[in-house]
Amino acid sequence: MSLVVAKNLKKTYVAGDITVNAIQGVDFSIESASFVSFVGPSGSGKSTLLNMIGCLDPPTEGTLQVADNDITRLDRREAARFRGENIGFVFQDFNLIPVLTVFENVEYPLQMVQNWPAGKRRERVQELLEAVGMADQGNKYPGQISGGQKQRVAVARALVTKARLVLADEPTANLDRETATRIIDLMKKMRDEFDTTFIFSTHDPKVVKNAEIIYTLEDGKLIKSQGDNGGHHV
Amino acid sequence: MYNIFKLAARNLKRYKRRTFLTSMLITLGVVAVLMFVSISGSFKTMMIGQITDSMLGHLQIHRKGYLASIDSLPLNRNLSSKQVAKIEQVLVDIDAVDTYTMRIKLGAMFSNFAETTNIRLNAVLPEQELNTVPLLSERIIQGQAAGLIEKGEILIPELIAKGMRVKIGDSIVLVANNKDGSVNGLTLQVRGILEGISGPGGRDGVIHLEDAKTLLRITGVEISEIAIRLKDMNRLPQTYADLTAKLSSIKNQQGQPVFEVHTWEKLSPFFNIAKMIDLMTFFIRIMLVAIVLVSIMNVMIMAVYERINEIGTIAAIGTLPARILGIFMVEGFLLGVLGTAIGTIISLVAIASMNASKISFDFGRQTGLLLAPTISAGEVVVVVLTVIGIAVVASLQPAYKAAKMDPIVALRHV
Repeated sequence: MSLVVAKNLKKTYVAGDITVNAIQGVDFSIESASFVSFVGPSGSGKSTLLNMIGCLDPPTEGTLQVADNDITRLDRREAARFRGENIGFVFQDFNLIPVLTVFENVEYPLQMVQNWPAGKRRERVQELLEAVGMADQGNKYPGQISGGQKQRVAVARALVTKARLVLADEPTANLDRETATRIIDLMKKMRDEFDTTFIFSTHDPKVVKNAEIIYTLEDGKLIKSQGDNGGHHV
Repeated sequence: MYNIFKLAARNLKRYKRRTFLTSMLITLGVVAVLMFVSISGSFKTMMIGQITDSMLGHLQIHRKGYLASIDSLPLNRNLSSKQVAKIEQVLVDIDAVDTYTMRIKLGAMFSNFAETTNIRLNAVLPEQELNTVPLLSERIIQGQAAGLIEKGEILIPELIAKGMRVKIGDSIVLVANNKDGSVNGLTLQVRGILEGISGPGGRDGVIHLEDAKTLLRITGVEISEIAIRLKDMNRLPQTYADLTAKLSSIKNQQGQPVFEVHTWEKLSPFFNIAKMIDLMTFFIRIMLVAIVLVSIMNVMIMAVYERINEIGTIAAIGTLPARILGIFMVEGFLLGVLGTAIGTIISLVAIASMNASKISFDFGRQTGLLLAPTISAGEVVVVVLTVIGIAVVASLQPAYKAAKMDPIVALRHV
């Protein structure tokens, strides 16, 4: 079943007299529980594509369905609500809230976005922290843990709401090779455990090889290929 | 809501120095306002008390048109016995009235047998007068204060005593015209010297009402004014309204009101000073509002600017704009609460300390006045709510900006 379906998707940026066609009419569909990578050089439109799928940036033209919802029709408030219910985000710079502990960072979407009751919240956060191997670091603040640990926390935060889709924009760009591999392995493990669809963008070839499906963006066009690990998902 | 407060409090703690400085600025403003309100308020209350309790009373009733010609002390505009009786009937029915006194105001020639000058006099019944203006006896700077005055005695204003070189126990002669124009004289003994105060009647001498009747050859009852003391000064506006309504219904044959009622505010120029104090308090409050507005707005603009990336993150993961608005507004609210709480505590402690240390000061010729600053719970509540309200309003614009921020732009911000 397709979780994300895009048809003739276009994104054009206009700045004064300059028009940039970032995405030039691409079509793709992404199945549930798949592990997909958007690959391409800087400025190829990877992040733009992720932002459109993540309801952060509306397309200029075309249709985009995520979890059977036409997200091009959502207003700002509806888009925020949709993101909170269906999409998790993992950022290149981790983007944890520095004044909250690891536990509270993971708890944030449940508390401030989905309004879960305290008991269920604690249970769910603990479950996620154990899944990403951070259960013993819950009381630490982001400033007290390493980059790899921060990204684990970010993955836990993205998954805590039982999001059907996690979008990770260059999730390993600020990590060393070994840590980057561990994070990709963790994301795959999470996919296997929670059946969540992971879409990430990267230009790191070593990371790309871990994807099952690879979409390569070149000059605004999309080329689909099978990754080295294609079909590993059970 | 608790979570928003927790997040806001943590963010304030994150920038400790800035939070400290901003809340101290608000504290300073709150302390300045509360101290000014309490000290100026006690000064104002004391001065009003001096004026009403040593001379005017809280309210005065005259025959219509008397006040307009009070400078000439017209005897032909005195209240008749019938009119006085009507007024007394009305006063008895008004619960707020504590007591009242009747006066004849007159002008006379004052002679020490060597020189002559003009003098303005209040002729009073001493017991009624002291009940209505109990501080009058404190204005007697020389001579016997107890009992105020007896028949055959006069309290003379200090300037006349000095100018005419008259001492306690000296005999003087008063010569006055009655309302028919005939002249009469009366010898009196100087009982005391009266301190002058500003305002109408502040430099008048005092004689017994019976002596005035003798001097003016009044056979029945003729009264120039009735001064009234209320049980509670705060009931002045309502009592004034009641009294005016009741007395204005009494009309003469031409259908015109017979009486006029005035509050001390209308009679004393000090009311303008009291109004100036209120005006100054108002401007001090405006300054406080400006301090809070500018400091909170400045801090919140900085807070939003420094946390653009964080705003992008929480917006991206689904935090609704209204909640983002709430996070920043609560931050401003907490800053306001913090500064106000500290400021209020400091002010109340300072007011209590000033009262405990019994600081005295001199005002004009009055020495050893006790500085007793007081502030009502209502005043404190108004200041606290104003500051907190302004803090919330000041954080509204930055919070709105944060809530409206495009997550993409915010996430790209470095």
